[in-house]
Amino acid sequence: MWNNENSENSGNSGNGANGASTGNSGAIGAESAASAGSTGGGANGAGGEKAQSLFHSVTLDSEKCKGCINCIKRCPTQAIRVRNGKASIINERCIDCGECIRVCQNRAKLPIYDALGALARYKYTVALPAPALYGQFSHLDNIDIVLNALKSFGFDDVYEVAKAAEIVSDYTRSLMEEDRTLPRPLISSACPAVVRLIRVRFPELLAHLLPLNAPIEVAAKLALAGAQAAHPDLARRDIGIVFISPCAAKVTAIRNPVSLEKSEVDAVFAIKDIYPHLLGKMKDIAQLDEEDIPEILSAGRMGVSWCGSGGETAALLSENNLAADGIENVIKVLEELEDERLGELDFIELNACTAGCVGGVLTVENPYVAHTRIKKLRKFMPISLNHFTAEQRETLLWGKPVKSDSVMKLADDYAEALGKMQRLKEIVDSLPGLDCGSCGAPTCEALAEDVVRGAAKESDCIFKLRDYVQNLVSDMNKLEGYIPPPFRMPE
Amino acid sequence: MQKNLRLHYDISGDDYTRAGEASAQLKQVLRQLGLSSSIIRKVAIAMYEGEINMVIHANGGTIDVEIDSACISLVLRDTGPGISEIDLAMKEGYSTASENVRSMGFGAGMGLPNMRKHSDYMKLESTPGVGTTVHMKISIGEE
Repeated sequence: MWNNENSENSGNSGNGANGASTGNSGAIGAESAASAGSTGGGANGAGGEKAQSLFHSVTLDSEKCKGCINCIKRCPTQAIRVRNGKASIINERCIDCGECIRVCQNRAKLPIYDALGALARYKYTVALPAPALYGQFSHLDNIDIVLNALKSFGFDDVYEVAKAAEIVSDYTRSLMEEDRTLPRPLISSACPAVVRLIRVRFPELLAHLLPLNAPIEVAAKLALAGAQAAHPDLARRDIGIVFISPCAAKVTAIRNPVSLEKSEVDAVFAIKDIYPHLLGKMKDIAQLDEEDIPEILSAGRMGVSWCGSGGETAALLSENNLAADGIENVIKVLEELEDERLGELDFIELNACTAGCVGGVLTVENPYVAHTRIKKLRKFMPISLNHFTAEQRETLLWGKPVKSDSVMKLADDYAEALGKMQRLKEIVDSLPGLDCGSCGAPTCEALAEDVVRGAAKESDCIFKLRDYVQNLVSDMNKLEGYIPPPFRMPE
Repeated sequence: MQKNLRLHYDISGDDYTRAGEASAQLKQVLRQLGLSSSIIRKVAIAMYEGEINMVIHANGGTIDVEIDSACISLVLRDTGPGISEIDLAMKEGYSTASENVRSMGFGAGMGLPNMRKHSDYMKLESTPGVGTTVHMKISIGEE
């Protein structure tokens, strides 16, 4: 399983590369190249536990991949190798952070999400816009224009993720005040890439995760409950709860949730896919007099601010918190926390993407520009409009504990792992230590690890290979000078 | 009979920004060995405190790690000024760190006590003017 060819994901994308995204594609055909597969629907039913646990939101367009080493070098969990001239993801290690998508110059790494046409699958649809959406548009001065444009696009209703974020923040504040048994600092569990990173690389810190579902999951449950209450005649399968997402990692988190049995999100649309469609609708709505634009917005500054790094901590209304963004910075913070160097903090907000969710791979706008726009938009908004109520407790609390996934260990048996580690260190000492990547592994240490796992050979190192050839040449030279005894002359 | 796994780390003395690198590397090895979170955490904290001590007081040193089927042994050696009053140094909160070091958030006097707390065995040998050697053992046994 270690070096599998990412077959499930490639299979999903297969035809997606050339606009398999049906329906409303048109102008965005090229951009929605990877809109393949469905995140909800069939995924939860078929496939089984194993297949689901291997699903990732990143796939490879092998036509475009040149087998360069840019992505293997950038991957924070060393989850990519170049094999047979193409990048190949070790699924067990991928945390869906999107770094490989960002760094690929050939656009061969593609995020997976749903095509806009998926909307037609449902009789009644609710859009769940991430607050990052509001920062994508220049000259926008009223968030209701975006929310109404979602309805004009075809959604029957809108439930802002920012509303759920405010409820999560409210409950977090009371948990931190009332439940002194929770370890400090608590770590936000909202970013799925961070949660997966902790599961695979920092299992020691799992107890620090805030045991609350992410705002998108809370929003989905509340939106569904609202839709079912308003339309009791509709069957569950007729209702489409659709997340408008800045982030590909959410696709994995929704398809294979770790803190609840089943996500109520039925489809995930990329902000960048729906963006051009919204632009047209927004133009029409902006023509209306302000009082004629229906008021949908029902979140305050707190919820909307969750889109950027520091938003979640600001909503805690206390100072002893830290917010870090960008996967490398996140790793540094977790390393320090593991060494008990951050014990004096109460809360840590971590976002895998630079600048927070506005930096997600499915967005259009530069994250800093988007964040600045949101700061302007929220300026005259009320602080918070949504509060936690006791009956929401079940909706917010994790349905099951988040478990570690020890993909790093060399063997299940400790003695065997110890032996392999011996061998690994010996191999590392014999390698040049240049981390050149020519063997297809990101570092010499990673190659040594692949060798002891049986997934590579020492001679995959071009410097080792050169040594072998040199030895071979010198042996041949010796042989060439060899004179059989009958012909040897006395010295 | 299986050989023990031996690892060696050189700790440079003048660079606070690199303190913690050795313990981060050792953590990676322990994860690859599949050891439990609680053991990894104990080793990481004990080693990090030792590393910091070497950087602050002793202008660096070396850390030798030996891992066998039952335990992880750490030997931290430096040729620094040594510790004259070991009993006092082991007290929580006792610190000889300079104001400069404290201003960086180190030197709270918890280093040695934390090392003792997180290891199953600890022995400190020190000769003023010669250096300090700390032996620590953390057992891997079933929890």
